[in-house]
Amino acid sequence: MTQPSALDSVKRAADTPDERQPYAELGMKREEYDRVRDILGRRPTSSELAIYSVMWSEHCSYKSSKVHLRQFGTKAPQSEALLVGMGENAGVVDIGDGWAATFKIESHNHPSYVEPHQGAATGVGGIVRDIMSMGARPIAVMDALRFGGADQSDTRRVLPGVVEGISHYGNCLGLPNIGGEVVFDPCYIGNPLVNALCVGLLRKDQIKLATAPGPGNKVVLFGALTGPDGIGGASVLASATFEDESQAKRPSVQVGDPFMEKLLIECCLELYQADVVVGIQDLGAAGVSCATTELAAKGTGGMDVQLDLVPLRDPSLRPEEILMSESQERMMAVVTPDDIDAFMAICAKWDIPATVIGEVTDSGRLVMTWHGETIVDIPPGTAADEGPVYERPFHEPDGQAALNAATPADLPRPEDLRATLLQLLGSPNLASKEWVTSQYDRYVRGNTVLAQPADAGVLRISEAMPGAEETTRGIALATDGNGRYARLDPYAGAQLALAEAYRNVAVTGATPLAVTNCLNFGSPEDPEVMWQFAEAVRGLADACKTLGVPVTGGNVSFYNQTGSAAIHPTPVVGVLGVIDDVAGRVRSGFTGEGDKVVLLGETREEFGGSEWAHVAHGHLGGLPPEVDLEAERALARVLVEAAARGLLTGSHDLSDGGLAIALAEACLAQGVGCSVALTGEDAFTDLFSESAARALVTVRPESFDALAELCATHEVPCYGLGTTGGTALTVEGVLEIPLPELREVHTGALPAIFG
Amino acid sequence: MSAARVGVVTFPGTLDDQDAARAVRHAGGEAVPLWHADRDLKGVDAVFLPGGFSYGDYLRCGAISRFAPLMEELIPAARAGLPVLGTCNGFQILCEAHLLPGALMRNAGLHYICRDQGIRVESTATPWTSDFTEGREIVLPIKHGEGRYVADEATLAALEANGQVVFRYVGGNPNGSLNDIAGVRNEAGNVVGLMPHPEHAVEDLTGAPSTDGRGFFTSILKKLVNA
Repeated sequence: MTQPSALDSVKRAADTPDERQPYAELGMKREEYDRVRDILGRRPTSSELAIYSVMWSEHCSYKSSKVHLRQFGTKAPQSEALLVGMGENAGVVDIGDGWAATFKIESHNHPSYVEPHQGAATGVGGIVRDIMSMGARPIAVMDALRFGGADQSDTRRVLPGVVEGISHYGNCLGLPNIGGEVVFDPCYIGNPLVNALCVGLLRKDQIKLATAPGPGNKVVLFGALTGPDGIGGASVLASATFEDESQAKRPSVQVGDPFMEKLLIECCLELYQADVVVGIQDLGAAGVSCATTELAAKGTGGMDVQLDLVPLRDPSLRPEEILMSESQERMMAVVTPDDIDAFMAICAKWDIPATVIGEVTDSGRLVMTWHGETIVDIPPGTAADEGPVYERPFHEPDGQAALNAATPADLPRPEDLRATLLQLLGSPNLASKEWVTSQYDRYVRGNTVLAQPADAGVLRISEAMPGAEETTRGIALATDGNGRYARLDPYAGAQLALAEAYRNVAVTGATPLAVTNCLNFGSPEDPEVMWQFAEAVRGLADACKTLGVPVTGGNVSFYNQTGSAAIHPTPVVGVLGVIDDVAGRVRSGFTGEGDKVVLLGETREEFGGSEWAHVAHGHLGGLPPEVDLEAERALARVLVEAAARGLLTGSHDLSDGGLAIALAEACLAQGVGCSVALTGEDAFTDLFSESAARALVTVRPESFDALAELCATHEVPCYGLGTTGGTALTVEGVLEIPLPELREVHTGALPAIFG
Repeated sequence: MSAARVGVVTFPGTLDDQDAARAVRHAGGEAVPLWHADRDLKGVDAVFLPGGFSYGDYLRCGAISRFAPLMEELIPAARAGLPVLGTCNGFQILCEAHLLPGALMRNAGLHYICRDQGIRVESTATPWTSDFTEGREIVLPIKHGEGRYVADEATLAALEANGQVVFRYVGGNPNGSLNDIAGVRNEAGNVVGLMPHPEHAVEDLTGAPSTDGRGFFTSILKKLVNA
């Protein structure tokens, strides 16, 4: 930081207009620095520069993505369920009976590469605080993870650390981990993706917002002490491409304390119950800078802060460092003078340090002092909302047409489909993820109805709040994303991610309601990457409109690249659904003998970006499966209605690896075999094609006609394939695999790699 | 007749208290919240110490909780015969408080592990297991990183000889516990600790794919009602 000896006050800044300032080192461009000077009419103090540099970073300001993300608003479908949309800490959705759910997914990619355990742990911590700051009790988490090739040595460093970090932090918080994804691809070596989702529950009339209204109200910083953690951490890390400097960046990853966060959760809920909070904001990236500017900008417009009152873990911290510190487990609240004693008493009960550091004003200025000297005096909105906006140039990548032309049509097809099935089932992307998920507590809080490896996590809505114990209501959540599809066609790839998550929610019997997304891309300064981003956002916004599910919020992660090699564009989409009677939820896979096995949806010859092309040939080319959103919508209607009428005994989405993998997973779910016959002309296509808008369901034989009729009503193709039962997966005339063999291949793959 | 009152203790960092209270209520009992900082057992008839990471498991699992003001009341009450059940972190606390013998160490596989685990009920001579039949195999979830039960040879021999091993893992020892021990009791039998979680296996809809945990709650409630 600059000038450690002299305090750079506003007065000093006015007196030394020509002093050179390290804006470039802080990641600011000359034009951005000049704009700050224009706004202030003088050079910024070093503290002001710290604030603007972090608030205007890509991570906090969305300066490259904003012009595209607007489509999520302009194209948003009408939705009565949406209570709070984009722009708050997380979106809020009405789930009925006076309950609301708030959910969001956020990336912690770069820190998880540098320091896998702490990076992933604090990713969970950050998203949980976002949910808390809406006034909700966090009730579950899930994680969408991407790693380099399973056989690459750095994956063996990164994956165990990430899983341990999520496991330790999430388990200590007492939040069930109910789903997510683990995907391997060499494109993520050096740029793993750690996208953490949290869902919270609140009464719909108790939503809290990040706002600081009411002059005279107190500004309270509470939670952990402020230390030199991640100074410039998320903001600078997330805005800079990795070269080979990760050693130098190591100290900028934050360290998490889940015990403090657990206390903070319980403390916040008690504060909400006592109704002593006017506005609240969590401290994440950009710490105190972000919380004070955003609270002030959304409130009466002004705030006075005595920065020297911030309780420190390291008393030598300078004001600039305090402003940029990303110490975890901190929150900021606005409290009326009348309630401040009650507020402090609740914090004391939970052993949470809490300090009044300032006051709301109507001055329109955020003013900070340091031992009496003014070091910050800015209009808060200029830092929080009026950052730079870039219309980055973009164009289709040079090799895109050639990539799309290199279809998998000429790849040699296998003779031995039994061997192919086993090869795919034991490949890292399709193998059982139990090695990972068994390290997560999926039961805590006692409301877990379905968790991994189910298609979607399902929770009963039950909280010990006044007048509300157990209900019959449930929510379902799924995340999906396929980087290979998006590489071949980012517009379609983003839509396929949404379609799969939407379908995964519907197979449980829940009605999809709303969307969150985490958009993971390379550098926005590369026009080819920017094209992928623009296409993906356009595709997702269009599909959300067609499917009638609004985007409620999310996160953009750029600069996931090393040198000039970017990751596959990887939009990860989370869908939340609601089910009125959660006892009617449908389990994944076969649940009993003698049920009829039914395939819903149409199978075409679609192998572009498929697991088969990837595993058997290391091939990526052609086009991804066709997107048919009307078919997805019709399929979901059938699944939800059939579940509500109690027709389905089991249900499973078809996706990566096609029917073959869906059948194998359905058999392994409860150890029930099946005997089926294929209906198409080509057994290979029937088994391994990845056509979208399909699901595998089971019904009691007497219910088949009712299901067929329902399918006819909604124009969903419906094929009876065979019957459940026995101890093998049998595809008549094609293959027969005993379940123990299937299980060994499926569950043995990851332990063989990761121990 | 009023319902039997089972205290459910919350330390800072306790996680399964809501689940434990619900399980008590489902079995027909009254769940009474007990707060770590209060020197007050509120006249409860039995106490459940739920799982979690009390005090962040800092220093050593259960090592700090043992000194909580509430424990100053609980320890003598347990010695005097009050029925006490500790699961997971609760078991660790009971060992740290010397209400139960032995200790719980890091899992042999070094990973936290969450799975549905086969367990054999070895002793029904406790107020928490009287509704089971001896030798019955049940399924309960385990979810812990430090559940490897250890004790010195003499203690272990005494536990086995006195029938103080209440639960044993079957179908694979998940954590390297000596003698496959999943849970033990004190000599008097009123204090029981185990790593698995009966409170997560009481409903058809939620939790583990079994309702074998109900037996713990029906056992204690019958015992209290008949007392």
